[in-house]
Amino acid sequence: MPSSSKDEPGQLTPASTPDDRRNFMTKAAALAVGGLITVVAPVAGLFTFLDPLRRKAETRGLVRVATIGSLPTNGEPRKIAVLDTLIDAWNRTENVPIGSVYVQKTGEKTVRVLNAVCPHLGCAVGYNPAKTGYACPCHKSSFSMDGTILDPKSPSPRGMDELEAEVRANGEVWVKFQNFRKGSADKIPV
Amino acid sequence: MQQESTNWLDQRTGYKALVHEALFENVPGGARWRYVWGSTLTFFFAVQVITGVFLWMAYSPSSQTAWESVYFIQNQMWGGWFLRGLHHFVAHAMTILLVLHLMQVIIDGAYKAPREINFWSGVIMLVLVLALSLTGYLLPWDQEGFWATAVSTNIIALTPGVGAATQSVVVGGTDYGHHTLTRFFALHAGVIPGAIMLFIVVHIYLFRRHGVKPAEPKKGPDVGFWPDQVLRDAVACLAVLLVVIFFVIRYHGAPLGAPADPTEQYAAARPEWYFLFLFEFLKYFPGSAEVVGAIIVPMLLMAVLVAMPYFGKWKLGHRFNLGFMAVMIAGASLLTYLALRADKNDPEYIASAAAAEVDAARAVELANAGIPVTGAAALMREDALTQGPRIFSKNCAACHRYDGHDGLGAPLPKDSISASDLKGFGSRAWLARFLDPDSIVTPRHWGGTVHKDGDMVSWLQEKVPEFTDEERQVFQYAAWALSAEAGLKSQREMDVRDSAKIAIGLAFIQDTTKGCTSCHTFRDRKKDPPELTGYASRAWMIDFIYDPAHERFFGDNNDRMPSFGKDKTLSPKELGLVADWLRGEWYVPAKNVVRKADGK
Repeated sequence: MPSSSKDEPGQLTPASTPDDRRNFMTKAAALAVGGLITVVAPVAGLFTFLDPLRRKAETRGLVRVATIGSLPTNGEPRKIAVLDTLIDAWNRTENVPIGSVYVQKTGEKTVRVLNAVCPHLGCAVGYNPAKTGYACPCHKSSFSMDGTILDPKSPSPRGMDELEAEVRANGEVWVKFQNFRKGSADKIPV
Repeated sequence: MQQESTNWLDQRTGYKALVHEALFENVPGGARWRYVWGSTLTFFFAVQVITGVFLWMAYSPSSQTAWESVYFIQNQMWGGWFLRGLHHFVAHAMTILLVLHLMQVIIDGAYKAPREINFWSGVIMLVLVLALSLTGYLLPWDQEGFWATAVSTNIIALTPGVGAATQSVVVGGTDYGHHTLTRFFALHAGVIPGAIMLFIVVHIYLFRRHGVKPAEPKKGPDVGFWPDQVLRDAVACLAVLLVVIFFVIRYHGAPLGAPADPTEQYAAARPEWYFLFLFEFLKYFPGSAEVVGAIIVPMLLMAVLVAMPYFGKWKLGHRFNLGFMAVMIAGASLLTYLALRADKNDPEYIASAAAAEVDAARAVELANAGIPVTGAAALMREDALTQGPRIFSKNCAACHRYDGHDGLGAPLPKDSISASDLKGFGSRAWLARFLDPDSIVTPRHWGGTVHKDGDMVSWLQEKVPEFTDEERQVFQYAAWALSAEAGLKSQREMDVRDSAKIAIGLAFIQDTTKGCTSCHTFRDRKKDPPELTGYASRAWMIDFIYDPAHERFFGDNNDRMPSFGKDKTLSPKELGLVADWLRGEWYVPAKNVVRKADGK
């Protein structure tokens, strides 16, 4: 072995090579071809790896969640699982829970529907009848009955996400179920 | 600055010496193309690790998700087909490269002392790479992989003594299922590649320790590995990679058959082409001798390979080794050729392979609409287009035809007994032939049954030739009206368009003196069977196949047709599937349908 440990990588030259110019061309070609073949597999993998970036959540229509008659008249919320079609990669499953909502009766023909997930970091928010409000068990965010932030020290950047809902003539409550980006002060659908 | 930081790093890691060691391996006699194989194998192993890890991120090993996740990679994910194709065809290329590397080592005598251990570590890696191929073939959980793996794991069971227990451990139970996949996947993506990495380290360390065994005569002075040999190695890798990419694009990724179904016979199951010689070899060992062909002979041949360094010490040992290698390669080539030729001349294989392609395409078509959690095999089992022909071929084609064949496309013997050809049953075209006094008595309809001497035929032969032009027209409309009873999807528009004419035909059917209801039961007119209400509709057909000897249908006049439902030959679901298929009703994807999950 020639002693050439001080050589720079790329300028390494075995002592026995006579023709520097030819040697340079060989090195350049080796680096070029070597580089070319090296990128193929990682690039092919990265494309597939980044596939989720081009997928967006489904836009759902209104889903029936309850009848107005089944809700407590004093405005206490009921937690209800929303059933709809779930598309999970290759699977398509009809009529399965896709999320939960709190539904409150606010009038004869009106309801308030809140997504049951905390807008802070996505834990499931609980309802506490004693304190007449919602509380997130993870980071202690608390929300009043209408979903607004109750304790100013709550880490949640916004109140609970209210969902579009309607009460139909036959008393059925229909909701447009959506999830929103967590941790942001604005309500951005995902 | 750069100098400083590289020195800093070198003082702490000694990387410069390592790089130097890696690049300045002495190549005695100069760089040569014949030395490239080891490097290409190392390179493509790295490609397999990289593509494999990315595939891993989307693969789900279980019997309800393996095919489904691979389908998703292949058909839905961005560039997934290319990634999968690369992994698949590089695996094929590696098998060839392994053989070339082994040949070069044997020809150059590089297996001889002091390089024996290096040779053996190579032989172990050869076996490990073949094990990778074997385990990887199962992972997509399609019909090909499933049935081929069933065979290979049953071969393990032939091993005397520990065979059955080994098989159970490998398969993860007595049947193939979730644990077969989890085990094969862990072997394929964890255990075997890990072992190979270990052996690559040993192999390269020993290779560097003993140096290149130069092919004589040397062509020139010694040179360093870098850059001459590196360039040759890289060009060889590039050449192989280009061939691989050609195949990836040519086949749009890797093949994916229909989802595995243990209840679905699959005559086209074959191992990958590089195992075909073993497959063919087994044909020469009948019954109890199978263990000889499957286990003992391959073991002996491997033993000879392992013993090559010892043979090499003898006077003519090297020549023996060369001869052995030549015989092995020639033998494997010959067996592979025989296997391919046998399949090429086997109509059953050809039909099965063609059917497999149809199934594979249909599975993707169905999966594009979303797969239930029960898996894609369940989708296929409930698909009339897939199951109808199979049920027909097994149960109906002994007498009936479907467009002249057995439903699956296989021709039937000319002299076999024949009942009606049921392609288009209940359609206007079918009824026009059926209600013709000449064609009803051909073998295509009732020519081969007792009904050719029955009342219907004599009525047609008596009345139809006497029809005036107007009556003939009305009779045609009556056939249309009867056809409308079927409610065929393919005739929906015609039925609406011709509603006035159908009404005229209906009046003829309901004419109890000279129309159909002079004999037949139709709607509120109760007369004789077969009943024409809802003729050839889904419900009518299911009831008919359930029990053709029922008083609504042929009753006592039934000519040999079994009561498939009543006798429990066919389940209610199967009755529905075959009826739907005969009526031409199955899932058809909407044109240009784009899955919602694509977010478009």
